[in-house]
Amino acid sequence: MGGIKTSIARKVAMALSGLFLVLFLLQHFTINFTSVVSPDTFNEISHFMGTNFVVQAILQPILIFGVIFHFVMGFILEAQNRSARSVKYGMFSGNANSSWLSRNMLISGAVVLAFLGLHFYDFWVHEMQVKYLEGDMSGLSPSGEFRYYEETVAKFAGQPIRVGLYVLAFVFLMMHLLHGFASSFQTMGVNNKYSPAIKKFTKAFAIVIPLGFAFIAIFHFINN
Amino acid sequence: MKLNLKVWRQENKDAKGKFENYIVDDIHGDMSFLEMMDVLNNQLVQEGIEPVEFDHDCREGICGMCSMQINGEPHGPDRRITTCQLHMRKFKDGDTITIEPFRANAFPVVKDLAVDRSAFDRIQHAGGYISVNTSGNTQDANSIPIEKENADMAFNAATCIGCGACVAACKNASAMLFTSAKVSQYALLPQGKVEATERVLNMVAQMDKEGFGNCTNTGACEIECPKGISLENIARLNREYLAASLKG
Amino acid sequence: MSVLESKIPSGPLADKWTKHKNEINLVNPANKRNIDVIVVGTGLAGASASATLAELGYNVKTFCFQDSPRRAHSIAAQGGINAAKNYQGDGDSDYRLFYDTVKGGDYRSREANVYRLAEVSSNIIDQCVAQGVPFAREYGGLLDNRSFGGVLVSRTFYAKGQTGQQLLLGAYSAMNRQINRGKIQSHTRHEMMDLVLVDGKARGIIARNLVTGEIERHSAHAVVVASGGYGNVFFLSTNAMGSNVTAAWRAHRKGAFFANPCFTQIHPTCIPVSGDLQAKLTLMSESLRNDGRIWVPAKKEDAEAIRAGKLKPTDLKEEDRDYYLERRYPAFGNLVPRDVASRAAKERCDAGFGVNKTGQAVYLDFASAIERYGKEKAFSSGQKDASHDEIIKMGKEVVEAKYGNLFDMYEKITDQNPYETPMMIFPAVHYTMGGLWVDYNLMTTIPGCYATGEANFSDHGANRLGASALMQGLADGYFVLHYTIGDYLADDIRTGPISTDSKEFEEAEKAVKSQIEKLMNANGDQPVDHFHRKLGLIMWNKCGMSRNEKELKEAIKEIEELREDFYKNVRVTGKANSKNQELEKAMRVADFLELGELFAKDALHRNESCGGHFREEYQTEEGEALRDDENFRYVAAWEYKGEPKDAVLHKEQLEYENIELKTRSYK
Repeated sequence: MGGIKTSIARKVAMALSGLFLVLFLLQHFTINFTSVVSPDTFNEISHFMGTNFVVQAILQPILIFGVIFHFVMGFILEAQNRSARSVKYGMFSGNANSSWLSRNMLISGAVVLAFLGLHFYDFWVHEMQVKYLEGDMSGLSPSGEFRYYEETVAKFAGQPIRVGLYVLAFVFLMMHLLHGFASSFQTMGVNNKYSPAIKKFTKAFAIVIPLGFAFIAIFHFINN
Repeated sequence: MKLNLKVWRQENKDAKGKFENYIVDDIHGDMSFLEMMDVLNNQLVQEGIEPVEFDHDCREGICGMCSMQINGEPHGPDRRITTCQLHMRKFKDGDTITIEPFRANAFPVVKDLAVDRSAFDRIQHAGGYISVNTSGNTQDANSIPIEKENADMAFNAATCIGCGACVAACKNASAMLFTSAKVSQYALLPQGKVEATERVLNMVAQMDKEGFGNCTNTGACEIECPKGISLENIARLNREYLAASLKG
Repeated sequence: MSVLESKIPSGPLADKWTKHKNEINLVNPANKRNIDVIVVGTGLAGASASATLAELGYNVKTFCFQDSPRRAHSIAAQGGINAAKNYQGDGDSDYRLFYDTVKGGDYRSREANVYRLAEVSSNIIDQCVAQGVPFAREYGGLLDNRSFGGVLVSRTFYAKGQTGQQLLLGAYSAMNRQINRGKIQSHTRHEMMDLVLVDGKARGIIARNLVTGEIERHSAHAVVVASGGYGNVFFLSTNAMGSNVTAAWRAHRKGAFFANPCFTQIHPTCIPVSGDLQAKLTLMSESLRNDGRIWVPAKKEDAEAIRAGKLKPTDLKEEDRDYYLERRYPAFGNLVPRDVASRAAKERCDAGFGVNKTGQAVYLDFASAIERYGKEKAFSSGQKDASHDEIIKMGKEVVEAKYGNLFDMYEKITDQNPYETPMMIFPAVHYTMGGLWVDYNLMTTIPGCYATGEANFSDHGANRLGASALMQGLADGYFVLHYTIGDYLADDIRTGPISTDSKEFEEAEKAVKSQIEKLMNANGDQPVDHFHRKLGLIMWNKCGMSRNEKELKEAIKEIEELREDFYKNVRVTGKANSKNQELEKAMRVADFLELGELFAKDALHRNESCGGHFREEYQTEEGEALRDDENFRYVAAWEYKGEPKDAVLHKEQLEYENIELKTRSYK
């Protein structure tokens, strides 16, 4: 990240990585949602994603890099921003001129980061274990069926604490997206007659996608 | 009305400052905030206390000299005005008003409420101009027609008074609104296009060097800007910067 | 004869400047690098001069008391800048601009200077546009104009109500370019405390660093005083709080003659005084008189009812209103020059027709402009049967586009909505036509000391027309000074750097330090403002819009007493070696207390009425100013001799070869 030296370049990198993660969210949500509609479809796509070379060897590292980059750059920028005012105000009326969400991307981002830890532990670590350490690329459970749907449901069914944590994290994700998605357009230099429409779209996205994720978790919790 | 003032006092750049409490009485709603400060200062002089140092000059909202964070907001609670245009009718009898200098590492305190905003000047030295000599035979002014819409946008950007409220309001102490206003003014005019690439690169480099924070698009600057400089300018600065970077 | 030599070039008026430029000495580019110039003040005159001199290669040092050159008070000029471009094709020309300016100045300015001003006016617009100054434009993309008081053409270029700001930022940007090249050293938060003369020539200044309190010596081959006017001698004025006469006055004390100090412009359209503790008056641009109509109630009882709050101005019928400017001056109407408009307002208020609580205000009404514009808009947008309400709504939009920021400013200050109820206005001190005497080359009576912009006296005579101050400041700085100063500096190419170790610098520094000490040790009990306010009241009441012998004599005495009182009873808190605004103010007020007396003395000696100087003893039966060309057709230049009362008068006779001297009439 040493190559990106100026404030604007860093901001643009931040926006680009954010937009990339937004795309990923959409993709992730679409696949997950199939688990509600059709377990078979979910299983097939999961197996494809989990075993396809391009996805696993190229897209997955890019995604992981994107996540790490977004977080590290976020922390660097935040640290710079904090050190730009070393003597703090005695009274600072931030709410008078800006939204809490926009001023606290670090908090919402940190919660989402913590969630990612849990999420990786829940799914990704297990996948890596089965596929690459144990070498079982079949995607089948001992019963001979695809294991993905079952495993996913098992994480939520009868797991109120996990479901609660997931839902909470999705609320923070929503907060993060509510400012971040629209903000990335501004950073990329887009502020014109289409901006009100872009804002509406990003707002809708920021609400619908996390709600959808929460719905999936709750659905599996209740349904089973 | 009678008011309690909580005022930041700091002897100089390096000294440690602290809040002092003062009481002023007989303040009328028609008085400006700075006239209220005059009353306080004359009162202090008569008591033999050194008056509160604050920057001010034109007292009609255009020179950009007056600053002050009033109750947590630059230029106080009213909108689209500077401190000198803030009137006491915005406050009530018995109110406590917290008065601090604009705070940012790039704006060191000179004394009490006065801060050093020369960082803004240095950003402009880096490229806030069009290189044209005064020869007396520049081409006729009307030989460069400019679309009214662009001329108006350039004007709106150019109305920035350089007061620093954007930096003061920003949680990151970012100077993007100020810098973007200057870059935009020239970017929108044909005269300014020739040096556009170098201008934006140099001004942003200087802005970073001064130690301002980064823009996180909270929009506080636009709300607190006495001249209503729009966030569109920041987007334009980002565009100009990206284009210039790609061009090299 | 007189020691004043105006150095006006010979030849026909229109050729003088060209001829002069061809004949004066130039400094070669290599030598310019070895020559230093100090410019005090960074308003339009100072900023444009320093940028231009630096472009040419001189080493320039600028000084301003503000924290940035961009904040000089030129920035507050609202309405516009004149130029004889004749873009509107309404018959404008250099000659007409020259004529209007001389006539507007009531025939008390120097023909050759004013003609040169008119001649370079068009260049200013070209230069500013090239610099990126965003002037107002029409839909065709070309520059727009409006008209100002005292003229019959539209020659004023503008940038909404912020023309001064845009022009100053333009000049500041030109400075920035030179600062970036290292050709200008900009000293901010510095105040010039004295001029240093070596062998009779201006060779530097003593300045106080306002942050550290340090007294600094700066040398140069020439010094340019571009420090603006002295309107703050009235305490309440439209000037910035920091605007002061110190730089000019210290030059005066060192031998520069001070010309026509009593020629002060009282601007007719300012927001009236609201309370005793007010510190500053706010101007409402003269451009408002393009569309606003000025009136007071025709009947005294209505005026009384309005003052008592029992009647609203909007309730008054047309026939009960007295549009006194339209009545008295049908040809120019609301667009008479400033001095005439101000006096007419005072006359109505003195007669008991004033409209605010104190009776010191008249109305500036936009109702008919709103209706007129609304109708035009409705017509042009094809709404032939628009209702009255729709017309008013459209009209308000047009007025908002033209004057929005001024209306907002008015509302912020007065808490009244000028779209709904007429504005209240009253005259206030605005500009000083008097200043340091300069010759055609803009040099004062001290060799090597120049004065430009409002700080000099040269171009506006006894009254300045609207939108001419910006023109003069930039003309001096961009297009005049660098020629004329080169002529002087051509003799300095072998001088080498000026040492600041000479005894002249030492003595000057010592004198400044001892004055500071005196003020710090005064040990009185009154803040500086107390004396400044008192001085302002004397000036306003006795040297203001109308003056008479008795009161001027009283003023002279009172100011002298106040000056003594000041040194005995002022209290300057804090330390001399740190930021100390009380000390800054004290130093400035000390100089105002001397200037004020000279002002009154000048007003007393000028037994005529002309322009902004109205002596009650000299008026026509209709109450118009009565000039005395036979005895007072001269510039009064005062030489410092210790006390203001000892100042010696020198006269520069004014010759009018191209304009016939006439009684100024705007009827």
